[in-house]
Amino acid sequence: MTAKTELDRRSFLKATLVAGGSLVFGLHLPSKSRAEERFGIAEPAVAAFQPNAFIKIAPDGKVTVTVGQSEMGQGVLTSLPMIVAEDLDVDFANVMYEQAPADKAFANPMMGTMVTGGSSSVKMFFAPLRKASAAAREMLVAAAAQQWGVPAESCRVAKGEVFHPTSRRAAKYGTLLDAASKLTPPAEPKLKDAKDFKIIGKPMKRLDTPAKVNGTGIFAIDVKVPGMLTASILRCPYMGGKVGRVDEAEAKAVKGVRAVVTLGDGVGIVADNYWSAKKGRDALTVEWDKGPNPNLSSDGIYKMFADGANNDKGLVAKKTDDLAGAKSKAAKTVEAVYWSPFLAHATMEPMTFVADVRKDSAEVWGGVQAQMMVAQVVGKTAGVPADKVKVNTTLLGGGFGRRFEMDYVIDGTLLSKAVGKPVKVIWTREDDMQGDQYRPATYNKMSAGLDASGNPVFWHHRVVNDAIMARLGPGFGFELKPDQLDDSAFEGAHNLPYDLGQMQIDWVRKDTGVPVGFWRSVGSSHTAFSTECFVDELAHAAGKDPLAFRLATLAKHPRHAGALKLAAEKAGWGKPLPKGMGRGIAVHESFGSYVAQVAEVSVDNDGHVRVHRVVIACDCGQVVNPDTVAAQMEGGMVYGLTAALYGEITLKDNRVEQRNFYDYKMLRMNEMPKCEVHIVPSNEKHGGVGEPGTPPIAPAVVNAIFAATGKRIRSLPIRPEELKQA
Amino acid sequence: MTRLSVNRKAYEVEADPNTPLLWVIRDDCGLTGTKFGCGVAQCGSCTVHLDGEARRSCVTPLKAAVGKEVTTIEGLSPDSTHALQKAWIEVDVPQCGYCQSGQIMSAVILLKENKKPTDADIDAAMSGIVCRCGTYNRIRDAIKKAAMNGGAK
Ligand code: FES
Ligand code: FES
Repeated sequence: MTAKTELDRRSFLKATLVAGGSLVFGLHLPSKSRAEERFGIAEPAVAAFQPNAFIKIAPDGKVTVTVGQSEMGQGVLTSLPMIVAEDLDVDFANVMYEQAPADKAFANPMMGTMVTGGSSSVKMFFAPLRKASAAAREMLVAAAAQQWGVPAESCRVAKGEVFHPTSRRAAKYGTLLDAASKLTPPAEPKLKDAKDFKIIGKPMKRLDTPAKVNGTGIFAIDVKVPGMLTASILRCPYMGGKVGRVDEAEAKAVKGVRAVVTLGDGVGIVADNYWSAKKGRDALTVEWDKGPNPNLSSDGIYKMFADGANNDKGLVAKKTDDLAGAKSKAAKTVEAVYWSPFLAHATMEPMTFVADVRKDSAEVWGGVQAQMMVAQVVGKTAGVPADKVKVNTTLLGGGFGRRFEMDYVIDGTLLSKAVGKPVKVIWTREDDMQGDQYRPATYNKMSAGLDASGNPVFWHHRVVNDAIMARLGPGFGFELKPDQLDDSAFEGAHNLPYDLGQMQIDWVRKDTGVPVGFWRSVGSSHTAFSTECFVDELAHAAGKDPLAFRLATLAKHPRHAGALKLAAEKAGWGKPLPKGMGRGIAVHESFGSYVAQVAEVSVDNDGHVRVHRVVIACDCGQVVNPDTVAAQMEGGMVYGLTAALYGEITLKDNRVEQRNFYDYKMLRMNEMPKCEVHIVPSNEKHGGVGEPGTPPIAPAVVNAIFAATGKRIRSLPIRPEELKQA
Repeated sequence: MTRLSVNRKAYEVEADPNTPLLWVIRDDCGLTGTKFGCGVAQCGSCTVHLDGEARRSCVTPLKAAVGKEVTTIEGLSPDSTHALQKAWIEVDVPQCGYCQSGQIMSAVILLKENKKPTDADIDAAMSGIVCRCGTYNRIRDAIKKAAMNGGAK
């Protein structure tokens, strides 16, 4: 291996020729998880250039892009290679991804621990990946030019080949690797002009699809490690509860059970295989300490929130100067209460983690969203330094924010440490449903006013819910103070784009004791519902068309308006529908993307809602893979629609009542609406695509139900009882 | 010891005859393409074929598979060239991919029994298989595409 030993610390790229004659370009991609971003946590400073992503060109011209970015269905394993292929100027058919860490030859200690997931992959990686790829291309061109003794400027590239048109010479990248490895990467390579893009912005086939249709794709649940045992944990069903007395005799007697490990809030059974662990678990007798709020219930929480909305001052998230004046002058005032329940993530693959804790180090495997934190948490739990923890990222069987949590990471680590062997812990669906960190339930007290001609004059929205950051903060050495705002509780409400006169958004924080977490689109998952439905109510109170009313108050927000207009046009807004059907519209910005949706629904005599068609228009800024954007918009919409129609986690006696898909229902094939996705052409900076499809669907459907029936739903999920014909 | 045939390969497994076939396939045979999603016949991620019929392996005991041929996603084709796999790739169906083995194994039986399924046929055959990522419309398209290309081999 002939490596470039002289490392320029200011350089962003390092080229190394490795065994087999491949040239590897190492680059450092900045990366933060959602929570890290919200907390403003900086990446640890490193003494020297530490590459965490690699572009490998093999002598046969094949290009492999190695990243530690988590693939949870959002297509990142395809979009990042697309960016590389564009500026490197290679045929996309010759590009493949590799999940980090890869070849030991260029692995480094921080590898796989610094790179994370979230809605922001493309946003963060677009520029650095382009720059690295362009630099690599310039080095290859320079190598060819040197060999031919011609100026580099006189050479051209296309599809992985350098040409010198005047002398009609050509060299494939694969033949230039050795020569290129001896050159210094240019500091400011010239990027391709966007008008010359051949790959970025074009629909490309996903690179991870083949492994997902033949069973070879490896999720955490599929990981095999020599000597590995499998575990199941009987978890305390009470929120904040603990293990009391344990009778483990019968569990120990189950064939294949190797150990019974009492953890603080559960009892783990470690066995030769899953079914033995599960049988052992079922044979356990455990008495539980029922936790600090043994009477906690959904009804109690609703009352607590309503009381807070009516009586607590709360914190002001946004305010203009004279709400009271505008309230007193309004000719017409509309008031309503909107309610969104707690929700579970229900990723298709239940939580699973594999840990191998050794004396001074640990290696772990998981579908994780925050690798850097995983290394820290595993290190702390196992009692080994975080930089001695190797994190292997598998495919994620759905993320949606759930795999940002560390509970299952801690489970696996504790059990492996306890038995001194690699352990795979697999949660049951029931564990997943009852042991989630839920989307916060939210009570919204809303009022708005119109003047005599139907123009909006004020908007007052009081949001009452738990603070996600109150729970997650301490993990970062951060405490959310009582007078501190947590944006994730009301985002989407305090930045409502409409000009509705005097505006005030209050937030009343309540600490229910229910663990709450990031759920696909976070605060927007409920604020889009309350605000977009209430705007609809206001439009009707003003006697105006809901679309026209929105557009009239969006003068300063052209991207919202653009998405709305495109969705309305494609949906045929205003055109008559068959009797009994209604059309509803909603728009919402989240993660820098503007998404409008129009839903067409009907309601039968029993009150059952059928969503026939959903038209989505999105402005996500510059798009890398439009096919992925379409898939994510549609998938995000289904996630939100499932919640709107069925999603509700309820509590009784301090425990979750739902257990599995029979009482936490999923949308299925026979209920799937037709769906179209239209992308607003844009050169704006990249918005997220994984989450913004979720928020607008609940209000679009609820507004459509109103159009079809005249009945206004203000509490989710939509209940047929409320819509039944009398 | 229980004798089992999976993808035309003979296995002798130690598992108790009441063990769900899912865990025998995954843990004893080492074939992990078949997934666990709910354990109670609600999601279809664990769908395999038993003598050519779709079965939820999470609620099918090992003993029910004795003397029968078990087919899993790994046994569908040696090289991902089953008409449905090809259609799945062409349409780019999967997102996270976790449910897709179950989707494809269910679709195989649908096409075996119905060469030109209508939307209603697809609803009837496929509504038992949950996709949390919401890929249903692409699944529908891929099934139709595979049917057009000759369906099940
Ligand atoms: S795991 Fe068998 S149906 Fe869900
Ligand atoms: S592709 Fe993720 S559950 Fe279906």
